[in-house]
Amino acid sequence: MKKRLSLLFSLMLVLSVFLAACGGFNKKESAGEKTGGEKKADVSQELRVNINTEPFSLHPGLANDSTSGTVLRQTFEGLTVIKDGKPKLAAAESYDVSDDLTTYTFKLRDAKWTNGDPVTAQDFEYAWKWALDPKNQSQYAYQLYYIKNGQAFNEGKAKAEDVGVKALDDKTLQVTLENPTPYFLELTAFYTYYPVNSKIAQKNPDWYKNAGPDYTSNGPFKMTTWEHNNKIVLEKNENYWDAKNVKLTKISMSMVNDPNTELSMFNNGELDWAGSPTGTLPTDALPQLKQEGKLHVQPIAGTYWLKFNTEKAPFNNVNIRKALAYAIDRKAIVENVTKGEQVPAMAAVPPTMFPENKEGYFKDNDVEKAKEYLKKGLEELGLKDVKQLPPITYSFNTSEAHAKIAQAIQDMWKKNLGIEVKLENAEWNVYIDKLHSGDYQVGRMGWLGDFNDPINFLELFRDKKGGNNDTNWENPKYKQLLIDSQKEKDPEKRKQMLKDAEAILMDELPVAPIYFYTQTWVQKDNLKGVELSGLGDVQFKWAYFE
Amino acid sequence: MLRYISRRLLSILLSLFLIITATFFLMRAAPGGPFSGEKKLPPEIEKNLNEYYGLDRPWYEQYTDYLVSIAKWDFGPSFKYKGQTVNDLINEGFPVSFFLGMEALLLAVSLGILLGVIAALNHNKWQDYGAMIFAVLGISVPSFIMASLLQYVLAIKLGLFPVARWESLQHTVLPALALAATPMAFIARLTRSSMLEVLSNDYIRTAKAKGLSKGQITVKHAIRNALLPVVTYLGPLSAAVLTGSFVIEKIFGIPGLGSQFVLSISNRDYTTIMGVTVFYSILLLFSVLLVDIAYGLIDPRIKLAGGKKGE
Repeated sequence: MKKRLSLLFSLMLVLSVFLAACGGFNKKESAGEKTGGEKKADVSQELRVNINTEPFSLHPGLANDSTSGTVLRQTFEGLTVIKDGKPKLAAAESYDVSDDLTTYTFKLRDAKWTNGDPVTAQDFEYAWKWALDPKNQSQYAYQLYYIKNGQAFNEGKAKAEDVGVKALDDKTLQVTLENPTPYFLELTAFYTYYPVNSKIAQKNPDWYKNAGPDYTSNGPFKMTTWEHNNKIVLEKNENYWDAKNVKLTKISMSMVNDPNTELSMFNNGELDWAGSPTGTLPTDALPQLKQEGKLHVQPIAGTYWLKFNTEKAPFNNVNIRKALAYAIDRKAIVENVTKGEQVPAMAAVPPTMFPENKEGYFKDNDVEKAKEYLKKGLEELGLKDVKQLPPITYSFNTSEAHAKIAQAIQDMWKKNLGIEVKLENAEWNVYIDKLHSGDYQVGRMGWLGDFNDPINFLELFRDKKGGNNDTNWENPKYKQLLIDSQKEKDPEKRKQMLKDAEAILMDELPVAPIYFYTQTWVQKDNLKGVELSGLGDVQFKWAYFE
Repeated sequence: MLRYISRRLLSILLSLFLIITATFFLMRAAPGGPFSGEKKLPPEIEKNLNEYYGLDRPWYEQYTDYLVSIAKWDFGPSFKYKGQTVNDLINEGFPVSFFLGMEALLLAVSLGILLGVIAALNHNKWQDYGAMIFAVLGISVPSFIMASLLQYVLAIKLGLFPVARWESLQHTVLPALALAATPMAFIARLTRSSMLEVLSNDYIRTAKAKGLSKGQITVKHAIRNALLPVVTYLGPLSAAVLTGSFVIEKIFGIPGLGSQFVLSISNRDYTTIMGVTVFYSILLLFSVLLVDIAYGLIDPRIKLAGGKKGE
């Protein structure tokens, strides 16, 4: 009897704990749940999006991923901002640039931090030096290596005073660059170049870890809530200099990392936007959404390509590489496998940067040429038959999407060239390790631009030992063209140099491009003014509900 | 009893040590590191990071340092989320997983036992078949399908609950149901079979002969003995359910510890992997101990101090 009573008692205890927890739970949130457009006159200006995961860090100097970028782009503002694909002045009111393109002098406009402090040139100087300071462990410090002595300071070979950024007075910022950098105004729109409120940061080094009075920013929105791994809430920043043009009053960002759930939430009216660039749509749902006319598609600056390890036979032979690259039917892959209206790629630099690259340097699915190159390649290698080729392994990181593409290409190579290929997949970290250490033959990789300039894609293959080359390919002419382009002041001439370099790359083919990325999403029909850049970035500053 | 518990505690400590050691070395043996990404970092920056986190030091130093800090319950900073410590992640994630698990556990146990008892009392009648079809479905349908199904039917079609996220009590219903389905079905089957066994025992016949009502027999004599296997199952179950399920947390966008644990492995977030593993191991080891103690309470025939009689 006594034992049963104690059992009953403990059960009740558990139950009461449970109920108590429920009680505390209910109170927290009930407002702001319902958002629907009842009347045209006062449509709620609250936007709900999904950002997939917890951001790495919301300190502009520490952020190094697209999720953090998505949040920071709404809450902070750099000297420039990208609008309609071009850098426009933002925190800066005007700028001068020296004749040799290495010194920029920015005049800041009168702007305030969310707490009312003025935004000063010192805030920029402080932020950039902070990110470059090796003791702050910024992984994206290299984004600031364009600044004079930036790299040296970051590597401990120079002092902070030597870094080429200086506040001449409260409103004047002078930046000296290592080399003429034709795309510097694109860079100043990037989040590593955002300012940080130096008054607060010096007082409270942990200011960026949570939302609160010390989390100050200078952009169109301010962060009011940050529940780690759950959600972020931004509200309109009334102290923003251009606040009159900001119509959204609130942005809720949830962190749901499941594409199917994201789409269901959108269908159920719990989100106003599902898919890129903040979230992800399930690939399987794309054809259906397209059919219903709901799907939005936009090309972005990204290339999906196969890397060849040019030091391993038979990929040391350029003709074999060409044969393999030419024998891929990209159109079929894009239409039947990836289904996101990607653009077949016969070039390295995406059309968002070089519009003429929609055509590319060679013909898609050119089986005739491929066979010729294969024959030539086999002769050069002293082989009589395809069968004598060393065994070929195609590697990719484990994912259904990559597996399908790999199978399609395996099939094409077999059918068009008679080459047998083995497929091999590995978990992402294992895969990337193999690729970076050259322990592969053919491997897939995607590359997305950080800023809107072709150099982003071309410089990968400049140095054999450059961290992201992986192909072990190097070409002196190619290298020289890229180095010279950096010093060229005439944009047209510079572009030609880069095009010449790309032509070399596409003739030697250490990589076989497959397709250019697109981003796909669905959105509420009455949501307008969302600014999407060709890089796959989003700004909600000008967004509103009709 | 005290001697028994202290002996068990000692063995828990030993198991913990073995788990920590094995995880530590397996983790380091896996290729890739916390800073390897699509865009490779400049070597200087990577070196600087490795120095800062002590990853450049010899393994035995890292290992002993790690043991010392675990003893102090300090799991270190997370590699993946700058500015958060692993202790923060556990402190924020575990209550969520625990709450959801509790809800699921209550659902699973109460409904499971109810179904099982109904099935056993109506052996080979339609109630029995109905309950068992339900149970077979619950066991065989994987939780991610159950979750999508619940989302589709109850949220999108009927509009009763939100699809996902962790905001109010309403938001917790679907994930709790999805999480509870399999254990509930399992408990229903367990209860049914052990009830059937108990009901055929002599003492039940005696009770009947004494003229006790069916309800009295069931509640006072049958269920209590029939629950023993359920309690056995409850230990590992509660450890599994309370620590959070990766699949359910991912599908419903729940900020729990279960998804953190799995993600930390693919991120090579060394400190988080270790911290959460240690935390989970402790939970699991203690829940097993608690179950063993609970045996003694429910069934006096089981002696915890075991071995004495034989001596």
